[in-house]
Amino acid sequence: MLEYTDKVKDHFLNPRNVGEIEDADGIGEVGSLSCGDALKFTFKLGDDGRIVDAKFKTFGCASAIASSSALTLMVIGLTLDEAEKITNEDLAEFLGGLPKEKMHCSVMGREALEAAIANYRGVPLPQTEGEVVCECFGVTDVEIRRAIEESDLKSVEEVTNFTKAGGGCGKCEDRIQEILDEARQNAPKVIPMSGPKRLTTVQKIKMIEDVFDREIRPNLKKDGGDIELIDVDGDYVIVSLRGSCVSCAKSQTTLKEFVEKKLREEVLDSLIVEESKG
Amino acid sequence: MSQPKTIYMDNNATTRVAPEVLETMLPYFSELYGNPSSMHSFGDQVGGAVKKARQQVADLLGAQPEEIIFTSCGTESDSTAIFSALQVAPEKRHIVTTRVEHPAVKNLCENLDRLTGHKHRVTQLPVESDGTLDLKRYEEALADDTAIVSVMWANNETGVIFPIDEMAKIAKSRGILFHTDAVQAVGKIPINLAETPVDFLSVSGHKLHAPKGVGVLYVRKRTPFMPFLMGGHQERGRRGGTENVTSIIGMGKACELAANNMRRENTTVRLLRDKLENGLLKRVPNTLLNGHKEERLPNTTNVSFEYVEGEAILLHLDRYGICASSGSACTSGSLEPSHVLRAMGVPFTAAHGSIRFSLSVYNTEDEVDYILEKLPPVIAKLREMSPFWADRDKIAGGGSCGSCGCGK
Repeated sequence: MLEYTDKVKDHFLNPRNVGEIEDADGIGEVGSLSCGDALKFTFKLGDDGRIVDAKFKTFGCASAIASSSALTLMVIGLTLDEAEKITNEDLAEFLGGLPKEKMHCSVMGREALEAAIANYRGVPLPQTEGEVVCECFGVTDVEIRRAIEESDLKSVEEVTNFTKAGGGCGKCEDRIQEILDEARQNAPKVIPMSGPKRLTTVQKIKMIEDVFDREIRPNLKKDGGDIELIDVDGDYVIVSLRGSCVSCAKSQTTLKEFVEKKLREEVLDSLIVEESKG
Repeated sequence: MSQPKTIYMDNNATTRVAPEVLETMLPYFSELYGNPSSMHSFGDQVGGAVKKARQQVADLLGAQPEEIIFTSCGTESDSTAIFSALQVAPEKRHIVTTRVEHPAVKNLCENLDRLTGHKHRVTQLPVESDGTLDLKRYEEALADDTAIVSVMWANNETGVIFPIDEMAKIAKSRGILFHTDAVQAVGKIPINLAETPVDFLSVSGHKLHAPKGVGVLYVRKRTPFMPFLMGGHQERGRRGGTENVTSIIGMGKACELAANNMRRENTTVRLLRDKLENGLLKRVPNTLLNGHKEERLPNTTNVSFEYVEGEAILLHLDRYGICASSGSACTSGSLEPSHVLRAMGVPFTAAHGSIRFSLSVYNTEDEVDYILEKLPPVIAKLREMSPFWADRDKIAGGGSCGSCGCGK
């Protein structure tokens, strides 16, 4: 079970300012049913230009509801210029912190506030511009860059925790990494998650034969030996030793320490060399 | 607020150890601590207890004691079966499974290339909207190089039962090995392996009132087999490692109890489940049942409350001491709802609001009534807070991943 602070639990179980202001001055709607959380935020301005009332309706988990409730309390009494300075970090802090995988709930709160202010001012939202990076959750590069900057994000996983981008099919993870690299000006690079180098069997055979000809055979022939490639099955390279190698007591050492080592260096570092039993 | 009494309806996650099981186990923690492999009668009396447990497990499954291998959990049993099949026929590189398997099978199949260093084709059969399988599709998926079929007997999330008897017979007629993860089915529905020709079957102790940390792999006599854990001669060389004696003895007792309780599971427990399910569907509007109504375990119900989110429901239920689970994104450990509900194409208005209740013989009608009293107001409260509830007539259902380009 996730660790929620008492303040998150309180705002979830007893949310403040639930509802919708009928004649609201600003309305902000973010998220969707398919995404799993959504927030409709409305506010009313007083004669002095300060927010006199704010209400929310939220579909989502405990931290989404608590973040929305906290948002309404934080903005009441502020001018719009003051309100728009609230960051998702401020929201999370107000609640005594959120679990890292729930930080996107606080981001949703901040986005709803921005959307409502933009709605009041009649201006477009910054994050609706830009390139859609994550199609599953409709997240743009503008939103990702902003989250990286505001919350000092360092990895794709952190970007997912804060913006949801990359949390669906995962196809956009490479693009998120690129944006991260750009935003952090190619700061120390995280080791990519991609798997080992992939080669087809034919490619492997060709490369192995090449290494044999160039490096292995000349050495073995000095001692009157030779080697033949019998088969390649996945990572297993099956070979047969010839000539004086057959009777050599050190042939196993030669296979592992010399042949396998060379092949791992020059072809694929997962290769395993075995002697043909046939 | 004082801690409310626990109402446990999450038995597909884990179960309580039956008091009779615990009692049977206790002496083997203290005075009877011998090693069953030892050449002295002190150890041998423990060996005798393990032998009895093996017979009790075999009796529940309609198997022979020599066909029972004790393991550490259901996951180990699944891995053992699948890796064994791949090793005994290395030239076969195709596996048939389903899109709704437990992660123990699903993640294994999806990572086989990396684990074995060989390329494999994995066919993950789709399911219908009620969670059932299309047998014709299954037959078409079988190929000459199919090494093994691995299909769960009953689904952990929906309780939907697959026609394992028929599927195993089809595989057998094609000479293909058949494995079933029966972790949810054993003890809840009758299984007779003398009639159903599966080659491998996985069981987990803690799903049927034995302790956590013990499982069983059934391996049919004469099925070619390679061990997963290499080591000593335990389990006749088929699973190395000193036996988890106390838990194995508990497992045996639990299987004996399960055989005795089978009738109650399918009468009393089923009636309680039906009362809960029908009550919820009747009292809460916009509620859907996930999974086939009949072809289902007697203890499981999975319902979706539209326009609300599962984690929020669970945390409200938790305040009343009610334990259930959800397939919502926030509880599935990812940002998307459960792979089972997505495979069934549950509409996205409902996928995030799914709740599973899984009962046991320890549940009572009072507990069902209590949930029927407490849950509807929770849903009403959350819906009042949901921005979609008031506009629900304007929202279309559609696929579970509406805005998404991922094709799931």
